[in-house]
Amino acid sequence: MSATTSASTTEAHLTDDEVKQLAHPKQSPKARIGVIASYVGMALIVLYCILPFYWMIVSSLRLPTEGRDTTFIPTPASLANYQGVFAGGSNFGRSLVNSIIVSGTTTILTLIFGIVAAYALARLSFRGKGGVLWVIMACSMFPLIILIPPLLKMFSSTEPFDWFPNWINTYQAVILPGLSFGLPLAVWNLTAFFKQMPVELEQAAMVDGCTPAVAFRKVILPLAAPGVFTTAIIVFIGSWNEFLVALTFLTDASRQTATVAISKFTGTTGFDTPYGTIMAAGVIVTVPLLIAVLLFQRRIVAGLTAGGVK
Amino acid sequence: MATATAEQRNLPAAPDGHKHKKNSLSDGQGRLAWMLLAPTLLVIILVAGIPVIMSIRESFFQTNSGVDPNTGMVAGGEQFVGLQNFTDVFSGQNDVTGSYGTMDRFWNAFLNTTFFTIVCVLLETVLGVIMAIIMSKAFTGRGVVRAGILVPWAIPTIVSALMWKLIFDEAGVANRILGTQVLWLADSGASFWAIVIADVWKTAPFIGLLTLAGLQTIPAEVYEAAKVDGASTWQQFVRITLPMVKPTLVVAVLFRTLDTLRMFDLPYGMIGPGKYRVETLSIFSYQEATQTRYGPAAAYAIVLFIYVLLVAFLFVKLLGADVIGDSGMPKKKKKKGDTDAGAKTGQVPALETMGGAH
Repeated sequence: MSATTSASTTEAHLTDDEVKQLAHPKQSPKARIGVIASYVGMALIVLYCILPFYWMIVSSLRLPTEGRDTTFIPTPASLANYQGVFAGGSNFGRSLVNSIIVSGTTTILTLIFGIVAAYALARLSFRGKGGVLWVIMACSMFPLIILIPPLLKMFSSTEPFDWFPNWINTYQAVILPGLSFGLPLAVWNLTAFFKQMPVELEQAAMVDGCTPAVAFRKVILPLAAPGVFTTAIIVFIGSWNEFLVALTFLTDASRQTATVAISKFTGTTGFDTPYGTIMAAGVIVTVPLLIAVLLFQRRIVAGLTAGGVK
Repeated sequence: MATATAEQRNLPAAPDGHKHKKNSLSDGQGRLAWMLLAPTLLVIILVAGIPVIMSIRESFFQTNSGVDPNTGMVAGGEQFVGLQNFTDVFSGQNDVTGSYGTMDRFWNAFLNTTFFTIVCVLLETVLGVIMAIIMSKAFTGRGVVRAGILVPWAIPTIVSALMWKLIFDEAGVANRILGTQVLWLADSGASFWAIVIADVWKTAPFIGLLTLAGLQTIPAEVYEAAKVDGASTWQQFVRITLPMVKPTLVVAVLFRTLDTLRMFDLPYGMIGPGKYRVETLSIFSYQEATQTRYGPAAAYAIVLFIYVLLVAFLFVKLLGADVIGDSGMPKKKKKKGDTDAGAKTGQVPALETMGGAH
């Protein structure tokens, strides 16, 4: 009883300054260390992620003769490696086009199939849904290498597949296996995205007289555009970065995708690994992806975490 | 039911099938659903199902080579050899010397694959969780970090392999900074660690990103309550943070594990094919296939497949990895309360999946 009265009297005697100080409690030294530590930690994370890539850029900007140089800033800086990538008999320009064709087709096909499947999985109730989800999940889990022996045999028309057209060095030989990892990814991402959209949207459209199909096309699809777009980027990047299948089925230099072409760079001199040229090619292959990633980072992160799938 | 939450949310009228009202949203959904799913399932059967079955068949055959002793002709085609492709790995005809002594090339590749997976995933998980915690404590600059973190993810693995090849070159920057002269790329014990470093660099941020999404679903009140009860920072981490991000983390780790088990690009690009200290099952199988030894190639790929299935199964059974449930999308914070409940409690969908998964 007496304690409360004394507390209220002291409170009455507080000056304005003291009140202000109480309203904005000073950070304890411990908390301040925490803030500094978090900034240091963030800087370390960024350095960790960026530094090796910085090394790739720096190495690509050296003179071609200084491929293994270890100075941290190229002196003199030179674009000769970038010219070297496309110079002479190099098919690198062609391989970039091949990559765009392969990844673009894979992405479009994946989206066409994936959107309708994801819509069904997100919105409709039917028997066997769990089974379908497991099939799709299993498909994204199995090692791609298991496709290689039988498909290589088949696509190269080896006995007993002599009836099969020779598909080595064709785009479809890479696009079709590419669907096997692109499709689960797309279905997964899109299902998560469709589930987030309120079902009342379709109900309202149907009340207004739309059939489910029309409601999907006119209401859901336009609203789902961000999700579809994110999925497209993620699938495109996955397909652009694909190496094993392309390496196996594309042996001809004019048909190789960019990743395969880089791995086979021997340079013009032939003796020493032409690191400068390889790094320049690597930067060329990576930079378009990085621009896309930086522009749409928020959505990509959302898509990746929603899918939980690489 | 694995999907019970999703269905209830969409179909408040018929959660248990008793009072099935006429409803344009739920009537005849089965047929429509299968029509919509048909193209995807067909593609999956064509590009994944059939090749897997072909692979299984292939693993019981061997391509004929050399001259047929009966006819004197060059033999073609293939012959059924039963389990020989599998049993040959015990016969000691194909011994190589790697990091684990002299053994069949298959076992060498198998051990490499296993150790790569254990070491890489462990390091990635620890680093990834640390990154996620740092990012979750940040006040500003999250965008910059997120952008930075996506750089390793976006770089094609084969390009990052060549990048690390330059860094670990004998005269490269790694040796310069460390002041050593290690032959990282010479198919030595160091090659293994060079690959581990390259792999961890590329994927730890990815785990960090997924874990961060999980961390952000933990309500601040839980920590406040713990502080009031006098829990130390470490206790908070072990008793609150870890259990609550576990559903997200387990799924992330599962996918990383399966991904590392099929590792191909990094050892192939950095060290090269046919280097026994770093040869994984994928590389071995690839090499056999390109040398038209389709039978053994398929057999090794199938062993890897079974290995992957086994690991995935253990993850789901022992750790309760919720691979198809809703808790994989922890970021729908702004949604209505009822849809949020499932995602927030995290464990609930995992249990549901376990029950309905069979």
